[in-house]
Amino acid sequence: MELLASLGDGFAVALTWQNLGLALMGCFLGTIMGALPGLGPSNGVAILIPLAFTLGLGATPSLILLTSVYYGAMYGGRISSILLNIPGDEPAMMTCLDGYPMARNGRAGEALALSGVASFVGAFFATWGLVLLAPQLVKVALLFGPAEYFALFALAFMTLGGVSSTNQAKSAFAAALGLGLAMVGVDTQTGVPRFTFGEVHLYDGIDFLVAIVGLFALSEVFIFLEHRGTDKDASTAPKLDIGRITPSWKVLKSCTPTMIRTTILGFIAGVLPGAGASLGSFISYSMEKKLVDRDNTFGTGDPRGVAAPEAGNNAAAGGALVPMLALGVPGSGTTAVLLAVLLSLNITPGPLLFTQNPDVVWGLIAALFIGNFMLLAMNIPMVGLFVRVLMVPPRILMPIVAMVSFVGIYGISGSSFDLMVMIAFGVAGWLLRKLDVPLVPVILGTLLGNAMEVNMRRAVTIADGDYSVLFGSWLTLALWAVAIVGFVLPIFVGGVVKARMRGAAEREAAITD
Amino acid sequence: MSDRIFGGIGLMLSLLYIWRATLIPDSFMSDAVGPRAFPYGIAAVMALASIWFLIKPDPEPEWPRLGRLAEIGFAALVMIAYAQLLPELGFVISTAFAAAYLTWRLGSSPLQSVLIGVGTSLGIYAIFHLVLGLSLARGPLGF
Repeated sequence: MELLASLGDGFAVALTWQNLGLALMGCFLGTIMGALPGLGPSNGVAILIPLAFTLGLGATPSLILLTSVYYGAMYGGRISSILLNIPGDEPAMMTCLDGYPMARNGRAGEALALSGVASFVGAFFATWGLVLLAPQLVKVALLFGPAEYFALFALAFMTLGGVSSTNQAKSAFAAALGLGLAMVGVDTQTGVPRFTFGEVHLYDGIDFLVAIVGLFALSEVFIFLEHRGTDKDASTAPKLDIGRITPSWKVLKSCTPTMIRTTILGFIAGVLPGAGASLGSFISYSMEKKLVDRDNTFGTGDPRGVAAPEAGNNAAAGGALVPMLALGVPGSGTTAVLLAVLLSLNITPGPLLFTQNPDVVWGLIAALFIGNFMLLAMNIPMVGLFVRVLMVPPRILMPIVAMVSFVGIYGISGSSFDLMVMIAFGVAGWLLRKLDVPLVPVILGTLLGNAMEVNMRRAVTIADGDYSVLFGSWLTLALWAVAIVGFVLPIFVGGVVKARMRGAAEREAAITD
Repeated sequence: MSDRIFGGIGLMLSLLYIWRATLIPDSFMSDAVGPRAFPYGIAAVMALASIWFLIKPDPEPEWPRLGRLAEIGFAALVMIAYAQLLPELGFVISTAFAAAYLTWRLGSSPLQSVLIGVGTSLGIYAIFHLVLGLSLARGPLGF
């Protein structure tokens, strides 16, 4: 009952004209960004953070805007998967497998509508999962002291590569790079400058927003420059007719059990550290294929093959918010970016957030519910509009992305220095992507580096300089154990999982071509 | 090979990081750990990862040909010039140039590029400055 009362308060916060308008705008922009190949949820949110910031929006309105973008991008990713066989973002990769064949069979509109419904089911029930699970996790988190937090941060970094990672050394390198960058600036505890090279601009540290926008958005522009005119160029894909845009009851009914199962599975994958939405959609699809694919129709345009990954990845998106809000430790790239939003608004996520800023948490959750209904309403009848947006070629789109990034960063500080740092991050991001070094640990490192160090130093200082306190309680030991398993396991199974994800996508492409 | 070079650079980077960390001065107020310990730990992780790249490199990534590499370099240079000229020329003029360059390099024809550049610049100016009230860099002409 207490939960429902809090949720009611949340709706009171979210149901103002301004917040509803922001949610609507966020859902709309998010769907567009998710749909456009090359602009995933992380990019979408990253570009908009500085804007929300410079517009002077309060904490709750900014969060509502940006999480709507997040949910919207998760919905939008499927559009280009189905129509162009190009996933709009990584989690939408599995949707290509049955979505594109369905579109080739003249059922594009039906596939879009069905996947819209599946997205809604996944996201809606995952938001309920968030409501129920996050407060429970908060109770556990309240037992955490500085040593436990240090171990938790270590766990976040070590599991971030995830089960689909191919090279854990590269994840580790990326995390160290991010943490190293976070050290730049005046040390908060002793007041001495570190790694500033006498540059006054660096005394405040490197703004993580600058790093995020550079690494994600600008590096994407460079990738497009590199691939222009080659067969990786997204603008040359054939166009398709849409057909009817409502799913029949029969199809919906046959997909219902699939959606329910994959929602649960996706939500769990989202909550677990290091899994995230990509894995959520992957295991959802694989499980459904094993369970219900009796006539071998998966991969040839089976509606259930469209519903499964979409419900799975949207449920995972909701699930990923649980550790981010309750512990302050994000489990995926986009939630890391959302954490940046919170930090730049001076809100520290974690257990105290629920007691100190209940209006923020519950307002946000209420906004997620509202945004979901908006997205469903938007995505069924207006899907034609989003399809038209897809026709905007990258040669027009990417300059806009670059320029909006510059506007946002310049808006925060008004200094050319930050722009230069952002360009440097853009080039570095391109290089790291070429070398297959994941960018998310870099971001997470710059975000959490200072908090991680502060907790480590606090724990050791309380114990009078005794470092063994970092392994001193059963809770820290448990966290370390999970961290080590999470780091070592992918070395043995990671290649297999990733190869299967890629393999499934490629086999499919070979059949449809 | 790329991974080996990367590992070498990473190793140098971590050594450089350790060296810079030793130069962090002590402060009159200090805790039991001090400002250097955590950076040492980070550099150690980075060094270990880099050594791993040296021993066991991944297969070679697909590097673009020299022309494309120059393409990316020039785009970065244009962005740097943009960052420097933004406070001098103002938002509308510098953005029009930068956007026109980028869209030209991404495959628009020269005439289209000029139109897209100007359109992008004016569109962003209208939405972000006139509608949303964001302060953009002001040039000599007042916009």
